[in-house]
Amino acid sequence: MASVAFSKVTKSFGEFKAVSDVSFDIGDGEFVCLLGPSGCGKTTSLRMIAGLETPTSGQVMIGGEDVTHFHPKDRNIAMVFQDYALYPHMNLADNIAYPLKVRGEAVSKRHARAKEVADVLKIGHLLDRLPSQISGGQQQRTSLARALVYPAQVYLFDEPLSNLDAKLRLEARGFLNHLQRDMGMTAVYVTHDQAEAMALATRIAVMDQGRIVQYASPIEIYRRPATTFVANFVGNPPMNLVEVEATKDDGKLQLKADGLTIAALPMTDAIGTALAAGSKLTLGIRPEHLDVAGAGAPNTITAPLFANENMGPESLVTIDRGEGARVTARIFTDDHIALGETVTLGFAADHVHLFDSAGKRIPEING
Amino acid sequence: MTTEPITTEAKKVRNFSLLSNRAGAAFLTPAGLLVSVFVIVPFFWVIFVSFTNRTLLGRTALNPEFVGLANYLALFDPATFFQRGQFGFSLILTTQFVLASALIGQALLGLLLAWLIQTVPPWIKRLTETFVIAAWILPEVVIGFAWFAFLDRDAGTLNMMLNAIGLPSGDFLLDQPFWVIVVFNTWRGAAFSMMLFNSAFSSIPPSYFQAADVAGATSWQKFRDIAVPLIRGHIVTNLILITMWTFNTFTPFLLTNGGPSYRTELVSIYNYRVAFQDFQFGKGAAVGVIMMLINLAFALVYLSIGRKKKAPGT
Repeated sequence: MASVAFSKVTKSFGEFKAVSDVSFDIGDGEFVCLLGPSGCGKTTSLRMIAGLETPTSGQVMIGGEDVTHFHPKDRNIAMVFQDYALYPHMNLADNIAYPLKVRGEAVSKRHARAKEVADVLKIGHLLDRLPSQISGGQQQRTSLARALVYPAQVYLFDEPLSNLDAKLRLEARGFLNHLQRDMGMTAVYVTHDQAEAMALATRIAVMDQGRIVQYASPIEIYRRPATTFVANFVGNPPMNLVEVEATKDDGKLQLKADGLTIAALPMTDAIGTALAAGSKLTLGIRPEHLDVAGAGAPNTITAPLFANENMGPESLVTIDRGEGARVTARIFTDDHIALGETVTLGFAADHVHLFDSAGKRIPEING
Repeated sequence: MTTEPITTEAKKVRNFSLLSNRAGAAFLTPAGLLVSVFVIVPFFWVIFVSFTNRTLLGRTALNPEFVGLANYLALFDPATFFQRGQFGFSLILTTQFVLASALIGQALLGLLLAWLIQTVPPWIKRLTETFVIAAWILPEVVIGFAWFAFLDRDAGTLNMMLNAIGLPSGDFLLDQPFWVIVVFNTWRGAAFSMMLFNSAFSSIPPSYFQAADVAGATSWQKFRDIAVPLIRGHIVTNLILITMWTFNTFTPFLLTNGGPSYRTELVSIYNYRVAFQDFQFGKGAAVGVIMMLINLAFALVYLSIGRKKKAPGT
């Protein structure tokens, strides 16, 4: 196992900058998820760690060694591909043992090792099948087995679960989490699924347009998203964002928006700085921190009902504030919630997030 | 509202056939006649002539006699079979020619070139493809003359280049005629193999090679373990096609006339000499029939492999 580091890495394809000036460190034994929408540069970053792409500028380090211009085979890494990249003409045993074959191991030895790994992944009984003769979930585990069959410094995963159906994905996710606990491997995992990232990562790097927007632990990203982009990307459903007009009144901060009533917040230096740049702020409230409120509650948001979805253990209540600005509450009850035409949702003041006019988080508004 | 159902009904009646059977047959007749006049009739005519002693001149020109298998027996006469200028000699020569220029030359060189251009930058790949196709689409006669000029003893380009770097001239067409036509045919045909293998390699998902890269495979290991097994079908098809083409090729005649002293007389050239220079139509037809049978064997092997490839389908 080894650490990985990016130092001011930029990768351009012609005019297009896929990754621009990205730096980060991944500690030995860490499981880091690169999370972001399509085209944010996460896969390109992963491929630069693998050596399948060469940075236009900057350095890639593995285990403290500058590997920027190393061939993939000299980096001692293992990688799981999105399409699994299993060789259709080889049976599972040969597929799994291929990395050992290129290292010159004897047939009996490498097949014994393939069997060992396959047994752990519960595909040991399929070793003489071809990849076309097994299910998608089994193919995924085969490609995982091929990555685990030899000791590598870093394990790389390129959206390995995105081709599985929802149930298998949950199962495979749990297994990967277990494996990480077992092996303590250094892993870099690319995904666009925030739930996968939250479940697996020790740290998440949220990427957007070729840059890292926030690099922190899953809890930190959930509790203190650095920007409205992160707030909107992490969480299911994502954080509700309400544009508010902010004014300073009597040493307190007053927030105004249609249908919103909120008690004045104490002023801080950070809020003062943000206000100086612009009075249009964004108020963020997570759906799970909203609930149906009675009349006269101090902090509420009111609008016509848009949808009321009961999903078993929880209900999603969505209200429509006009022009597509919707607010969703996630209410934990297995009962149907009876609602009128207009709904008032309430929240606690200490669960409120504030972002400045540029979308950056205003820190510590709740002390 | 009323027109809609009518149009859908009309579509149903049409039932995917553009013409009635009778009209189709009428359109096919001219082509069918041409094919039968120029392909089917000559095919049976050659078989018929091969059993006669028909010649261009003399008594048997007008009144050929039926001679049974005499032409075939003459071709396979053990006393003369292996002599220079005889059928057996040219059959063995052709086999060597196919092995050296088609299987080793064209296929191996084409495979190697196709593999090498997978890793070069795209613009070099496109440039190589353009040149290779350019060499391939040139007419045979032009190529033949160009090579003749290239290899000429006195004013040939090759000798001028050799002289320029201080090496003596050689009379390649006279001293090494067999290797000249081998190199010529390799040069002529490697383009086809390269293009075929190139497109076969391109159809392999890049992640297969990337996975092998990450796993630590060398270029040779990727070639041996992944690339070649995955294009095995293309390789078999290619080998059979170029074997047939090289077996039947007549172009070396433009370079060497089959000589000197029959040393480059491939079966197609032998056939031409017997039939149209010695004017022994009966014997020439017998050679033609044997060549057809050999081609038929290749074609059957090719078809059976093609069928086998489809059958398992897993």
